[in-house]
Amino acid sequence: MIEKLIIYLQYPFVRNALIVGMLIALCSSLFGVTLVLKRFSFIGDGLSHVAFGAMSIGAVLNLTNEMLLVMPITVISAVLLLRTGQDTKIKGDAAIAMISVGALAFGYLIMNIFSTSANLAGDVCSSLFGSVSILTLTTSEVYLCVVMSVIVVAVFVFFYNKIFAVTFDETFANAAGTKTDRYNLLIAVIIAVIIVLAMNLVGSLLISALVIFPALSAMRVFDSFKRVTVFSAILSVLCAFFGILISILAGTPVGSTIVAVDVAAFAVCCAVGRVVGE
Amino acid sequence: MTLLCAQQLSVGYDSRSVVGNLNFTVNEGDYLCIVGENGSGKTTLMRTLLRLHEPVSGKIIIGGGLKRNEIGYLPQQTVVQKDFPASVREIVVSGCQGRCGLRPFYNKEEKRLAEENMERMHISSLADRCYRDLSGGQQQRVLLARALCATRKILLLDEPVTGLDPMAAAEMYDLVSELNKEGITIIMISHDIVAAVRYATHILHIGSKVFFGTKEEYLESDAGKVFASDDEDNGSAVSGEVGVDSGKAGVDSGGVVVDSGKASDSGRDSMDKNAPRQREGDSEGEGTR
Repeated sequence: MIEKLIIYLQYPFVRNALIVGMLIALCSSLFGVTLVLKRFSFIGDGLSHVAFGAMSIGAVLNLTNEMLLVMPITVISAVLLLRTGQDTKIKGDAAIAMISVGALAFGYLIMNIFSTSANLAGDVCSSLFGSVSILTLTTSEVYLCVVMSVIVVAVFVFFYNKIFAVTFDETFANAAGTKTDRYNLLIAVIIAVIIVLAMNLVGSLLISALVIFPALSAMRVFDSFKRVTVFSAILSVLCAFFGILISILAGTPVGSTIVAVDVAAFAVCCAVGRVVGE
Repeated sequence: MTLLCAQQLSVGYDSRSVVGNLNFTVNEGDYLCIVGENGSGKTTLMRTLLRLHEPVSGKIIIGGGLKRNEIGYLPQQTVVQKDFPASVREIVVSGCQGRCGLRPFYNKEEKRLAEENMERMHISSLADRCYRDLSGGQQQRVLLARALCATRKILLLDEPVTGLDPMAAAEMYDLVSELNKEGITIIMISHDIVAAVRYATHILHIGSKVFFGTKEEYLESDAGKVFASDDEDNGSAVSGEVGVDSGKAGVDSGGVVVDSGKASDSGRDSMDKNAPRQREGDSEGEGTR
């Protein structure tokens, strides 16, 4: 098995997939802690459906570069969703559910009416559940992903204390003079960027898993924000790494395999948390 | 020296006024209690003083060289905080956030300030504990230490004893009172009218009647009398059952329980439409205990 793995690792597409997979897992888990604590666990799901809807519009319009359409639409939706001050008429969870289901329905509808593809079900399935696109990445896509990840991690580290303050107590942070609106906007934009990138890896239905599982697992075991964040990042990267290896060796779909590994890790963390807690 | 002065102030949401015609001043070293029924606009007023809302009309004049990031605030606890995985130290030091500006990390002085304030609130031994594992009273002390990191001059507290058991509530009042003696100006929202009268130097009563003055003046005023007699009417019914509780908790804190029972009860009676909110607060309180 090890030999088989070594042979596979000599292919550049496998190495690319590993690099991109681990980077996306890292980025999504960093902000996952904040999102879970702010009660936005489902934002990954909602935004990825928005991205799916936007992609179907892009496909119908025959755009050469869908990203130009998908990215702005997703960013705008993220900003609208996270702007949940006390005065919004529709509360966070309902707003996410609405946008998520609406975008999914419209995306499928548009594809169904206008699509010229012979294999519609296959197209929809691959955008929802992740395609093999992670195994067909070009070098420039890998570079794009590396640059984006470096930016995301740098922003997170630089604003770590602000993000903590805004997550724990927005009202206090605001009263103390922190510009909470700006940081909420920042979080929203970054989340949207991560999600659009991550759609290539696991498809829209499984992005939520990448965002929430490492954070929830870490919260079972650790007691401080810093440790939870660091551990969830490490765990997420490891899960992505082993998930991709297993999927290559066993020939299973990449996205679902990574999520399965994440679920297993969550179960282990729960058990550990219970033992340590007693 | 005047720190804060409200002139013809009217506060509310979306330019709809909840309470209007407020005139009051807060001088350095004052202990002002804001009392009034649920829904009378106490929290809205406090949020306006903090500049989280714009005033609907009128103005707030800030004096004494008080800067916006020098105000300490103890908000009501949110649901998010109940299971938040953060150590006490992380939370307390986050009170220094306002001083940082764009600087990403805390400097030595800020970390020392956090240690100092944990010492002051007697929570140094809890510094590495997780916030979600603490009792309600300990959590409030953590948040108070955080507020102290943000200020040396003025503290705004929004119902700091909600959901605390009698012992913890009495401790909380003592801590705040000590801080006031050290020279920190206090503005506190309270349901607990008797504690308000006991500790405060000034009372602001908002509702259908607005009153502002020293507590001695308040006790003589119409607003104060209405509240006090209201208390007696409703208080007698509950005092027996609450009394049992206070017996358990100890002699010192006994007074406080009975009072808070009365105060919230009178609130419930006088503002029927707000009754569900009141109950929500109650059940939250039980959760913390």
